[in-house]
Amino acid sequence: MTTLRRNAPRIVRDIAHARAGDKGNTSNINVWAYDPDDFALLKRTLTPERIKRAFPQLILGKVARYEMPHLCGLNLVLHDALEGGVNRSLNLDSHGKSWSYLILGMALEGDERAPPNGAQDN
Amino acid sequence: MSESFRIGTGAGFSSDRLEPAIDLVERGGLNVIVLECLGERTVAFAHRDRMANPKRGYNAHLERRMRALLPACHSAGTMMITNMGAANPRAAAERTLAVARDLDLSGLKIACIEGDDVSTLVPKDQAFMDEPGTLADIDMPIVGMNAYLGADAIRPALEAGADIIIGGRLADPSMFLAPIAQHFGWANDDAPRLGAGTLVGHLLECGMQVTGGYFADPGIKEVPNMAQCGYPIAEVAADGTAVITKLDRTGGCVTPATVKEQLLYEVHDPARYLTPDVTADFSRVEVAAMGPDRVKISKASGSARPATLKVTVGFDGGFQGEAGVSYAGPAAQQRGQLAADIVRERMARLNGRGDLRIDLIGVSSLFATAGLRSTDAQDVRLHVTLRSCEKEDAELMLWEVESLLCCGPAGGGGFRGAIVPCVMTKSVLIPRERVNATLEMMVA
Repeated sequence: MTTLRRNAPRIVRDIAHARAGDKGNTSNINVWAYDPDDFALLKRTLTPERIKRAFPQLILGKVARYEMPHLCGLNLVLHDALEGGVNRSLNLDSHGKSWSYLILGMALEGDERAPPNGAQDN
Repeated sequence: MSESFRIGTGAGFSSDRLEPAIDLVERGGLNVIVLECLGERTVAFAHRDRMANPKRGYNAHLERRMRALLPACHSAGTMMITNMGAANPRAAAERTLAVARDLDLSGLKIACIEGDDVSTLVPKDQAFMDEPGTLADIDMPIVGMNAYLGADAIRPALEAGADIIIGGRLADPSMFLAPIAQHFGWANDDAPRLGAGTLVGHLLECGMQVTGGYFADPGIKEVPNMAQCGYPIAEVAADGTAVITKLDRTGGCVTPATVKEQLLYEVHDPARYLTPDVTADFSRVEVAAMGPDRVKISKASGSARPATLKVTVGFDGGFQGEAGVSYAGPAAQQRGQLAADIVRERMARLNGRGDLRIDLIGVSSLFATAGLRSTDAQDVRLHVTLRSCEKEDAELMLWEVESLLCCGPAGGGGFRGAIVPCVMTKSVLIPRERVNATLEMMVA
């Protein structure tokens, strides 16, 4: 599917869609590029290192990434990243269902000036 | 091309909608409808219910669902498979039997599957499945232990000609795989086909999550008529490929994008998705649009099933209190922050008992630990959560948050507070041969 864009893409949500799920204290987020031409940019953007660096207080374990190149998809597995998981977390969203939008709010690689997820604490 | 097997979903979680399920049975021409109603914690909560009343411990909506769906299934010739039995499949089956008799559905065959309760079969010091430690390390009372039963536990009920199959911890995809495998005569060790059938189950088990539910993002991912979203149908072919679709004149949509989001939902390694039936391989799955609201899936496979079954162990986790007060208008954020500071100081008298968390909804809540905050919010809600094994601690927290109305910052309003019971769960493994599923047929 090709989408017409009025502005250049800046965050992951501009080129991809995603869904998050949980198993214990591990979050998995599947992310799919709308346009095959954007898959390379998506892969450069969502490296395990870059994801872990973006949320160091949240993601305490390793980040694994599985690729589904024929469907332009990535499966991100964030270990120890749910504040203890649904059994322990006091987060309103104790399943981390909203974590998909943490990823979709990240700045695309090469566009580091874009504020990830809106305003930043400072 | 031989006739396809039509299977649909009538619930994707414990509180899922009923009306679209009735519509699907009435108009779907289904062979089977599956109501998937259990999460790990749902079973633990159900065990708490059963401890309070031995006749309960099954899905709270069971009777309402059965009253609506039994006649519809009977008329349509559709059989039903469900894990609404939760922690008490026998009581759920007996309740269903009473409903069937009340509706004059004489002769209806209700199969009750038990044997998932393995609380007498797991050693007290059993090691956890995916983390260090053993059951003996947890100082909370155990409320129940349930093994995930697979398609092999369901197929005898199908062979016996059941109209309704009710179990407890039947694994989500297995409830779909069992009737598909039975219909096409796949063997319990035909891993590639079982992998394909498991994909169908995996895509359908969360109900509308594959038909446009949990998908809409206005402006980017539009979903038509979400209020009338329909449950999914799979038209399964003898080779295990399938078309995912939904009824006409229902809302929602089935597209490659909705199918892909569900394909890897709660999956880690796509090449090794473990179920009681198979080690499924979704890594080469093809997803192709075949027309409006029709998506074909193919190339799922699998290898041998695991030698062990997963067991969810539920513990009594005490109580959780949640309470809030809202602030709006100029400096709402600062007033909300002051309220948070006041509550934290007043709660210090618990001396660290219980776990306390304070968020400012509108400023920073879901993404607080991720380090993201808004600035200058004009409509914020103080939200305080406290979990403790003592209910009194939660009551004290609710009292302190409510008292902000008179002795907190200016302009606070809208106090609400509630205390709910908590559970905790852990996973362990059990050799599959130690688990014996049983079948009892009840006839209305």
